[in-house]
Amino acid sequence: MRFAFTEDQQLLQQTVHEFLQAECTAERVRGFWATETGRSPELWSQLAEMGVTGLLVPEEFGGLGMNDIDMVLLMEEVGRAGLAEPLISTAAIAAPLIRDLDNAELSRAWLPRIAAGEAIIAVAHTCNAFVSDAHIADLILVRHPQGDEIHGLVRDQCALTAEPANDPARRIFSMDWTPKPLTRIAESGRARRLWADVLSRGALATAAQQLGVTAKLIDLAVAYATERKQFGSPIGSFQAVKHHLANVRVQLEYAQPLVYRAAHSVATRAPARATDVSMAKSAASEAAAAAAKVSLQVHGAIGYTWEQDVHVWMRRAWSLGLAWGSAAWHRERIANAVLDQNAPAESFGYGASIA
Amino acid sequence: MDLRFTMEQQKFREEARLWLEAHVPKENLPSFDTAEGFQAHCEWERVLNDGGWAMVPWPVEYGGRGANLIEWLIFEEEYYRAGAPGRVNQNGIFLLGPTIMEYGTDAQKVRFLPKMASSEEVWAQGWSEPNAGSDMAAIQATAVREGDQFRINGQKTWASRGAYADWLFGLFRTDPDSERHKGLTFVLVPLDAPGVKVRPIEQLDGEAGFAEVFLDDALVSVDNQLGEFNRGWDVAMATAGFERGLMLRSPARFQNTARKLVELYRETVASGVAIRPALREAVTQAWTGAEAYALNTYQTVTRLLEGGKIGAEASLGKIFWSELDLKMHETALELLGARAELLPNAPSAQGVGTWLDGYLFSLSGPIYAGTNEIQRNVIAERILRLPRK
Repeated sequence: MRFAFTEDQQLLQQTVHEFLQAECTAERVRGFWATETGRSPELWSQLAEMGVTGLLVPEEFGGLGMNDIDMVLLMEEVGRAGLAEPLISTAAIAAPLIRDLDNAELSRAWLPRIAAGEAIIAVAHTCNAFVSDAHIADLILVRHPQGDEIHGLVRDQCALTAEPANDPARRIFSMDWTPKPLTRIAESGRARRLWADVLSRGALATAAQQLGVTAKLIDLAVAYATERKQFGSPIGSFQAVKHHLANVRVQLEYAQPLVYRAAHSVATRAPARATDVSMAKSAASEAAAAAAKVSLQVHGAIGYTWEQDVHVWMRRAWSLGLAWGSAAWHRERIANAVLDQNAPAESFGYGASIA
Repeated sequence: MDLRFTMEQQKFREEARLWLEAHVPKENLPSFDTAEGFQAHCEWERVLNDGGWAMVPWPVEYGGRGANLIEWLIFEEEYYRAGAPGRVNQNGIFLLGPTIMEYGTDAQKVRFLPKMASSEEVWAQGWSEPNAGSDMAAIQATAVREGDQFRINGQKTWASRGAYADWLFGLFRTDPDSERHKGLTFVLVPLDAPGVKVRPIEQLDGEAGFAEVFLDDALVSVDNQLGEFNRGWDVAMATAGFERGLMLRSPARFQNTARKLVELYRETVASGVAIRPALREAVTQAWTGAEAYALNTYQTVTRLLEGGKIGAEASLGKIFWSELDLKMHETALELLGARAELLPNAPSAQGVGTWLDGYLFSLSGPIYAGTNEIQRNVIAERILRLPRK
């Protein structure tokens, strides 16, 4: 029993942190809002060079061969930086899905390209009404609506309609497609089991990003409250302001271990991993939503402007809150497991069985 | 990161579980804030101590089992799971004990710890005074050094367990010219010393859970000074850290309540009562919250085992567990509906009265061990680094 990250994991996090703080500034994020794709091939290839896109790709295919626990800290940094590149679908979901499908041809076709930053993969899942980043995807993974089949589409095998969204960093699409034998890449029970982990990995990576978003929203508010003076004092010295921020800090503190534990559960294929992920996603979504509200309130009128950066992360908090299942949706999944006993749930430590 | 228990830890769990199954009283003991219940709980503590389970993480020579903190969490999990009695000497074993371990002399360790582990001596807290509550640095009770004795005068209040305890620990002003945090000394006071008068105070549940303690020229040996003279504030902060943090409120307590709440929910559903979706969500949130608290504690323990310390982040935990506990009990009372107001001895209560008791106790959570408002100030100033002024 050791609930901590290794030095190597922290070092990798630090490296990605420093890179994103330098390269993915708020100004640059706003720049991407205005471009047609909303995405940066330059940043993407730099992330690939650092090993981020291929983190979960086995070494034999050019990746780092790491697992979901290694990934979670990096996703936190991505959230902190407000980076909207399709890392969740490509690196956190598609790479391990293709890896686990254990299809040599498929692996050879896609895993080296993911690791090299030469392929972007979108994932269409029924828990999301729209498909994120389908416009730049080299492959769109989707489950057959009536069967245990996973299909892989290229763009001319589906019809995409852009859906402008509240968060300018979001690029989401309605998608029409017709399953064909040609597009099928996996079938039967294996496909069904692996598809369940698609949702777990999507929700987990999103939850991790929300931890970063929450921390950033707190940092912004603390910095502003320290500098801004009213009644002759920094507003951060007033208890009304302090207590708002302290409450959000408490929420962050207790969302974090749920996310880390979910990463461990996914990486080790723990029986209750879907429930663990739902606890992580609901708690992280709630923390991020609360941080957005409080950070805006602490900033006052200046926070209510387009120019001020609070809303860059506030909109991230909102859009990530909807992605891969909202807090309410995941709470109902927890209830289904814990209260109705329709799915595995395990009370950590307290619920341990003895041989 | 490896969140699996080792074989050794699993063996430890099994040993604890089997021992507790064989020894935990089948009937609930009366409240330890009654004379009869206090005796019954002291008796239970003797059984625990004889079995070597009274103070699992303490060194063997002080009455402990020499286990590490992970094993301590495992023991706590098994303890709550087994429905074992509350710890009557919690002020001693969870708060003062660790403080003596850190600040006490060897003689003090030998003198106080084994009798604390066995609850032969039960401890009360003596922090608050009529004019020093949240503002603990406003302490006025004085201890004047006279030869090898302190002459103590003043009044302590809200002394938990004070009504039946043998000893009290607290802060006293030893430098008459001092102000605020300076000039205070941490002193251990026997409650049977001449000049000490204890007046029990009935709490919200009608039981004497705490007391006022009047000190009128009470004489106490200087051997009972814990830590340095005039530096008692630092010692008290360490104790307060234990109180807010790890020791006093181990996670199994809340996981146990969450499990009972889930069972109550299922029973209510089975009885055919329609449950509002918001209540279903509240039960789910309670369970999730208890898990989050447990996981966070395992993170903290890992850090401590690797040489880290608990600092201001204990304040995060104190807010979290106290609000979680309150919310869980509020939710239970909502599930109980009309039966929520019944006392345990009401003919229709059918055991539901324990939720009411728990609810009344949970209301004290945001107040004791430093009010949650004080904790929020600590978080804002020491974790977020917001300006004091």
